[in-house]
Amino acid sequence: MFLFVLRRLMGGLPTLLLVTVLVFTLTRVLPGDPARLLLGEEATPELVAQIREELGLNRPILVQYADWLWGLVRGDLGRSIRGNELVAPIIWQKLPTTLELSLFSLLVAIAIGIPAGVLAALRRNTAIDASVTVMALSGISIPNFFLGILLIYAFSIRLAWIPPSGYVEPWVDLQKNLLLMLMPAITLGTALAGAIARFTRNSMLEVLSQDYVRTARAKGLEGRVVVYKHALRNAAIPVVTVIGLQLGGLLGGAVVTEQVFSIPGFGRLLVDSVFNRDFPVLQAVVLISALAVFLINVLTDLLYAAIDPRIRYH
Amino acid sequence: MSNRTLRAFFANRLALAGMVMLLLLVLGAIFAPILVPYSPTSTDFSALQQPPSSQHWFGTDQLGRDIFSRVLYGARVSLAAGLISVLLALLLGGLIGLVAGFYGGWIDDVLMRLTDAMLAFPFLVLAIALAAVLGPSLQNTMLAIGVVTTPVFARLIRGQVLTERPREYVQAAVALGGSDGRIITRHLLPNILGPLIVQVSLSTATAVLAEATLSFLGLGVQPPTPSWGSMLNDARGYLSQAPYMALFPGLAIFLAVLAFNLIGDGLRDALDPRMKK
Repeated sequence: MFLFVLRRLMGGLPTLLLVTVLVFTLTRVLPGDPARLLLGEEATPELVAQIREELGLNRPILVQYADWLWGLVRGDLGRSIRGNELVAPIIWQKLPTTLELSLFSLLVAIAIGIPAGVLAALRRNTAIDASVTVMALSGISIPNFFLGILLIYAFSIRLAWIPPSGYVEPWVDLQKNLLLMLMPAITLGTALAGAIARFTRNSMLEVLSQDYVRTARAKGLEGRVVVYKHALRNAAIPVVTVIGLQLGGLLGGAVVTEQVFSIPGFGRLLVDSVFNRDFPVLQAVVLISALAVFLINVLTDLLYAAIDPRIRYH
Repeated sequence: MSNRTLRAFFANRLALAGMVMLLLLVLGAIFAPILVPYSPTSTDFSALQQPPSSQHWFGTDQLGRDIFSRVLYGARVSLAAGLISVLLALLLGGLIGLVAGFYGGWIDDVLMRLTDAMLAFPFLVLAIALAAVLGPSLQNTMLAIGVVTTPVFARLIRGQVLTERPREYVQAAVALGGSDGRIITRHLLPNILGPLIVQVSLSTATAVLAEATLSFLGLGVQPPTPSWGSMLNDARGYLSQAPYMALFPGLAIFLAVLAFNLIGDGLRDALDPRMKK
């Protein structure tokens, strides 16, 4: 098990290295000089030259890359251009908020998606199945910022039940934190709920037609036991894959959701860094999000073993 | 596509609904200049934020611009962005996938490592970063979305080529001395068209959504050009007094994305003989 995790992590190293090359290329080689982007179009050439020197942009590109990479290995993500703060602590400070948001969204998505998918599969080709299908596809198709705005209009403006935006840390006021997280979690979780419902339905249909399910029914087991103990457990494996694959999408959706609800998280940091032209922060956020996706994939692999006893990792 | 596939597609009511929605949208976009009652960019300070009425079907915005006209013109931006970025991804990804799958070896290794690395990023995060670096404009939005979508097509086409390549008809064409170009365009491409069309439809849905998101964040089409995403962003500030400002552009994005998803789903079911109901 430990060896498997280690091997899996090592196996991802070449890809991760390539990821760092892409992130570096993104901000250094593409059109636009970071110094000029930082200073704006009106800056004098002397000022640009001075900033280039300070940022080390005059050194050979490979040296810059190696320098940056060596920094990464030591956990040094550079300094923010605005405010000259270290980037790594900023990221560490923002990450838990987004993690909480993602986790709640995941819970919302699973709580809606799996029962809906199971229900649709059990009531195949009925009105229930059709409405689950349409609702799932609608959930995938609705832009989350539109959904967020609709929720704010309904629950904050018309009903005045929930404040429209803001964030309170859970250790400051847990109740307020949960209340404020409710609408963002639904906003972000809806698309994932739709995807989970679709996959659960298809996976359940496949499993329900198999011999061991028929055997379980034939030996007189109660319908509920057959569905939840025999079928769902086996149907869950492809669903876990989908959840794992979609978690990266959750991170992307968090960018927009945090913008709509003014949540000071990781996604907000990305948007702010874009508008502040803060390239070290932008670089770091993009890199960390790729790293997060990679770690989620490893975690997904481990989850298979937990669900399916036939899978053993060595 | 065979007749059977087309019949199966048109027998699917949801897919048909998607086709109708898309058709209306395309017609609206093409004939927008004839259909709109007002210019989408002309302001009218005597008619600020008027609710929907017989004069202004969808109401007016904070500058007195007619929202119906802006939504129709926004369809042009949205559809163009969706289709052109996917076309770009199809061409780039197609080239990468064909070369990787057809030649294999180290070329395959290098190209697939590269697509792996690109797929390691969350789609939207990479699109935002690219659009930010390139600068906000419609062209750059399309470029960013297209590039981020490219690995999806590269993977799909490579996989298809790998399954088709060892088949007898390809081997026969090779044995008969057909050139690589001829084998790829005349034999391989027609046989991998089905899954490709499905992916084009689903990716267009994602691309339309991504364009709207980028404009919502202020990284896409710049004012005064109407785009659904930026209209929604404007509307956020006036939600309590003018909710219709958000409703119509939001619905437009939702229906456009839904249409492409419905069509993609319908095509996939029609092409997959196992999905028969």
